[in-house]
Amino acid sequence: MSELNNAYLLKELQEQFADAILSSEEPYGMLTIVLHKNQILSCVQYLKDHPQLKMQFLTDLCGVHFPDQKGSELCVVYHLHSFINNIRLRIKCFMSAENPQIDSIESVFGAANWQERETFDFYGIEFLGHPNLKRILNVDEMDYFPMRKEYPLEDQTRTDKDDTYFGR
Amino acid sequence: MENTLGNYDHKSEYTTLNLGPTHPATHGIFQNILTMDGEIIVDTEQTCGYIHRAFEKIAEHRPFYQVTPLTDRLNYCSSPINNMGWHMTVEKLLGVETPKRVDYMRVIIMELARISDHLVCNSVIGVDVGALTGFTYVFQWREHIYDIFEEICGARLTTNIGRIGGLERDFSPACIQKIRAFIKDFPTALREFTNLLERNRIFMDRTIGAGPINTERALHYGFTGPNLRATGLDYDVRVMNPYSSYQDFDFVIPVGINGDTYDRFMVRQQEMWESLKIISAALENLPEGKFFAEVPEFYLPPKQEVYNNMEALIWHFKIVMGEADVPVGEVYHAVEGGNGELGYYLVSDGGRAAYRLHFRRPCFIYYQGYPEMIKGSTLSDAIVTLSSLNVIAGELDA
Repeated sequence: MSELNNAYLLKELQEQFADAILSSEEPYGMLTIVLHKNQILSCVQYLKDHPQLKMQFLTDLCGVHFPDQKGSELCVVYHLHSFINNIRLRIKCFMSAENPQIDSIESVFGAANWQERETFDFYGIEFLGHPNLKRILNVDEMDYFPMRKEYPLEDQTRTDKDDTYFGR
Repeated sequence: MENTLGNYDHKSEYTTLNLGPTHPATHGIFQNILTMDGEIIVDTEQTCGYIHRAFEKIAEHRPFYQVTPLTDRLNYCSSPINNMGWHMTVEKLLGVETPKRVDYMRVIIMELARISDHLVCNSVIGVDVGALTGFTYVFQWREHIYDIFEEICGARLTTNIGRIGGLERDFSPACIQKIRAFIKDFPTALREFTNLLERNRIFMDRTIGAGPINTERALHYGFTGPNLRATGLDYDVRVMNPYSSYQDFDFVIPVGINGDTYDRFMVRQQEMWESLKIISAALENLPEGKFFAEVPEFYLPPKQEVYNNMEALIWHFKIVMGEADVPVGEVYHAVEGGNGELGYYLVSDGGRAAYRLHFRRPCFIYYQGYPEMIKGSTLSDAIVTLSSLNVIAGELDA
């Protein structure tokens, strides 16, 4: 079997999802594509079923918050891995904070179940079609999404600590 | 005689049983709400988050070197692996090349940590089937490993071992001596432990066929590490994506067949032997040279230097105050932790702290597969399955 590389992976993806791939780069050797969020489920399914690529393992799924990017504040990052070819792929899907919705990929990778719940718990990203989307690590009564950047780490009203020189 | 139970249909009545959150057999704080039909588990609902400490949020506000103690507290049975994984992630981001000696020293530390992790897991499987002897016996050997860690970094459990760019100090002669003594004496103890359990009729009856999972389902649930290898798939990050010069070492990836508790136990047993092999190879071929990379802007200088040398003082100040420039970028780095692929996804915006740091915690991901593994089995099987999965609450909740 010929050696698969990022260029081949990108070519295959571009043939299938030409318009949905908004950009691509290779930071530290890992192919990273920005995908339109409507295509995530079909893209992941395609990569899993692809006869050569066989991206059959979801390594990681997490959210990131970029409050300064208006209209695409929230991001879900997927890390996929093909054991057979030993090639990894990172997919990023951006969405707005007003409408943080994306299709769940739980039907393709069961491993996404809790990771999507975790992302929902911390960023409030709603995964459509998720069978049991509720908080997982925080208490159920929590009414905000603590990993978003607008929530400071410590109580800002405290006066007994002076962190001026520590950049916190 | 009148039926006092009335229309009670004992076959359709289920019992709800709370296994955890503070049950001794869960070996950590997490809860399983079991629906039982007699002794058979019909359904289970898992809850977790009891010791969630918001490490990812804290990491966004601390400079890189202050994240290391947070990683200690993920899988606290093998903290050094977590520390090293974090150091290597930052080194990858910064483009730091570490000297061979650092790599080999790290390999020794990581494999010692792996042995201590597997020792705890395997002996606890023994405890959960009623064999306490092995547990009390091998804990002595875990102490010896902790003595070595203490010699290297001064701490035992939550080690905070090493620094970005290398280690805080070279192996002392006493440390080398302790590692040599461990390599020499541990095989006897491990063999005795093996004799206690491996071919023990009771142990085998209790563990063979308990909590099985096949490779396909394991991959579906994102299993990695010994639990995935027990199903027969030889995925090991150390071999697939070698880091810290693992490609220099010759070792075997043990795999199981059935993916049940016994196979997971056996895979961990064999991995300990392989780890011993790696440690002795690394110690024999330990290259000469420096124990840190030449990156003064990130490697904390020795305290002696800081007190007596202007340049070291400046670097120390700059590192502590977080004034060194960090490249903008995103990096994913994975190491083979005690439980599987421990990944760090780091997004840097060039600031003094990570913009976003996500820990790929193997426990958190594979624990999802637990209900499928225990449905239809007895409660006692569920307990041994749980301990053989080696779910560590610290890693589960982050």
